[in-house]
Amino acid sequence: MSPEPRPPSRSTSRDLERYAGLFASRTRVMKSSAMRDIMAVTARPEVISLAGGLPDTSSFPPETFAAVTARIAEQACAKALQYGPTEGLPETKECIAEVMAAEGMRVDRDDMIVTAGGQQVIDLVTKTLIDPGDVIVAEGPTYPGAVPVFHAYQADVVQIDMDAEGMRVDLLEETLDRLERDGRRPKFIYTVPSFQNPAGVTMSLPRRKRLVQVAAERELLVLEDNPYGLLRYEGEAPEPLYALDGGVYVMYLGTFSKILSPGIRLGWVVAPPPVLEKINLGKQEADLCSSTLSQLMVQAYFEIADWRGYVRSLTDIYRARRDAMLAALADHFPPQAEWTRPGGGLFIWATLPDFIDTDDLLVRALRDNVAFVPGSGAYLDGRGHNSMRLNFSGSGEEGIREGVRRIGEAIREQLELYGTLTGELEAVRVEPDEADAGQADRDAGGRVVELRRREGRPRRAGGA
Amino acid sequence: MSRVAVLKGGRSLERQVSLRSGARVQDALDRLGHDVVPIDVGVDLIQRLRAEAPEVCFVALHGRDGEDGTVQELLEILDLPYTGSGVPACARAMDKVLTKHMLVEAGIPTPEFFAFTQMAFRELGAAETLPAIEQRLDFPIVVKPSSQGSALGIKFARSAGDVPAALVSAFSYDARVLLERYVKGRDLAVSVLDGDAGPRALPVVEAVPREEDFYDFEARYEIGRTEFVCPAELPEGVAEHAAELALATYDLLGLHGFGRVDLMLDAAAELYVLEANPIPGLTDTSLLPMAAEAADIDFDDLIGRILELALARGPRV
Repeated sequence: MSPEPRPPSRSTSRDLERYAGLFASRTRVMKSSAMRDIMAVTARPEVISLAGGLPDTSSFPPETFAAVTARIAEQACAKALQYGPTEGLPETKECIAEVMAAEGMRVDRDDMIVTAGGQQVIDLVTKTLIDPGDVIVAEGPTYPGAVPVFHAYQADVVQIDMDAEGMRVDLLEETLDRLERDGRRPKFIYTVPSFQNPAGVTMSLPRRKRLVQVAAERELLVLEDNPYGLLRYEGEAPEPLYALDGGVYVMYLGTFSKILSPGIRLGWVVAPPPVLEKINLGKQEADLCSSTLSQLMVQAYFEIADWRGYVRSLTDIYRARRDAMLAALADHFPPQAEWTRPGGGLFIWATLPDFIDTDDLLVRALRDNVAFVPGSGAYLDGRGHNSMRLNFSGSGEEGIREGVRRIGEAIREQLELYGTLTGELEAVRVEPDEADAGQADRDAGGRVVELRRREGRPRRAGGA
Repeated sequence: MSRVAVLKGGRSLERQVSLRSGARVQDALDRLGHDVVPIDVGVDLIQRLRAEAPEVCFVALHGRDGEDGTVQELLEILDLPYTGSGVPACARAMDKVLTKHMLVEAGIPTPEFFAFTQMAFRELGAAETLPAIEQRLDFPIVVKPSSQGSALGIKFARSAGDVPAALVSAFSYDARVLLERYVKGRDLAVSVLDGDAGPRALPVVEAVPREEDFYDFEARYEIGRTEFVCPAELPEGVAEHAAELALATYDLLGLHGFGRVDLMLDAAAELYVLEANPIPGLTDTSLLPMAAEAADIDFDDLIGRILELALARGPRV
């Protein structure tokens, strides 16, 4: 023991009670800490992760990066190191206008604010519009990263089902009617219309037109989140909501994360001037301005490199990876599984029979060193438990094939077990001399019968 | 003063919790004047231990590898003293099925249960016994993996239709699962700390969920989700009885140093032992430190005492 009095030990349970009493109710997280802990395990190096949403930054030419930084050092060193205007640098806004023009949108430079990635736009828009208890209408499933933001502002999120043409606008209208009858008016509709995260589907042009109409009729704002629009691997792009509406009710979220780099942390929001003014105040409160250095890097990059060419090279890489994943799914997922076939973006959404809980399946899959995102994180209402999001941009084709194969094996094992448990599949007869149990598994895989839909589901320990 | 390696992290699903336990243990050992070497347990564990040459290891791991005796076995091979229970006790306590069989044999009350391996369903047609089991245990039935340390993978089956899916989920965590009679009641935990006069039960902690009706993994580690009352306000004699059962369980499994026994108290004031944890959490929100505090043992004293017990026991258990 040291002779000097030692500092008191910290964090006694009394202290914790004291802190707990000080926490704002919005700090109550939705996603269970158990799931967060499990997701932390997915980051182990030996794990093939189909869980992230990472662009392939390894294809970015280092010499371009060097040229960009050298140019800033030579021409704009002091400026790059200085604060900038809250709404962003005019030269960066020119680049943004160029990107939006590539998707058929014309935008006034004064109607946009440069932000710290698209995620900040979701935060700022929600902060600007939502009081506790206000309604946000979103797709079901919705972008898992938006869920904690909506939750932090204590929004009541109502999710609208999707099909192959995106958000079911008929259901949206029904829902809006119901909310109106209940005396509740949603503040905004949040949508990722192109290559949706996580579902991978794209809203059709008729739906887009109707959505814009509905918003105008009911005087509702729409937040169009469009990170993936330029990552199109086939077909013609339907017009963005922003172009259809002309920026009256549609707010637009763009980002450089998927077309240039997520590390550069730059996105933007376009909104009607009165809304933008409030968002600007929120931005000022949050961080004064986005990184000047990053903004100048975008400008330099757009001047010295062919940004469209880089996006084309990315789409070539991702198209091949998407095709590899679709082929692997067809080879390795059982016939009871369904999945989306995205024409672009980064994600495929797969749905399994409802007795498989993908939270638990992830734990099983991690034993085989493969990870995905369980569907429950894309819903705020307890749905999604038999779905999963699979990312194809962050792994090479070989990793994708092997990862999907392993997940398929785990699913097959669970289907087989369920069949055995319900008596719909006879217990496997193992020949005494058949030492290879793995072979028995594979033999049994072919005998899985069509499974009945089970009514109700076991309550999750801990509740939804 | 000793050179102490704090083993934390690892590959288990409770990795994050273990990192929090470990960090807190490091701080305490630091304050006690020890030379602390933190080790995130991975493929280089043996190399690290050989290079760092600690005098003793503080095992702050939870779940697979750390709590099931695997790491303890390695430490014995390296002749390193370590905190907490030895290999056989860890192996017994991490196996809920084995623990419950031992409890039943020793006459310690535990909820009625049936255990199955995935093989039994696959190759022995065990599914045909489910209706009889369901009748015997009555709904709701708790379905849980045998070895998962936390509440991960535990499901309630409210009717026969729920059982197959609940089993599929539980088998995601372990090749062996158990179906257990649900005991409705109050959730109690008795921590045990060894001392000169033998193991001593610390004041009972009661976990009172604030919202959910099941005390789950989530609430267990999230500040503000569950209210913990220590010492629990219990009918006369119950705390004493809970302490007796906890000590009997601790002895039965051969635990050493410290541990925690989880119990349920039903409406008829009957107590049932659910499980024993050879390395209970040592985080800010964990129950053992809370119970120790209620017995006027602050966190540093607790950690210091656990370390002394390890040094006194020596390298081979």
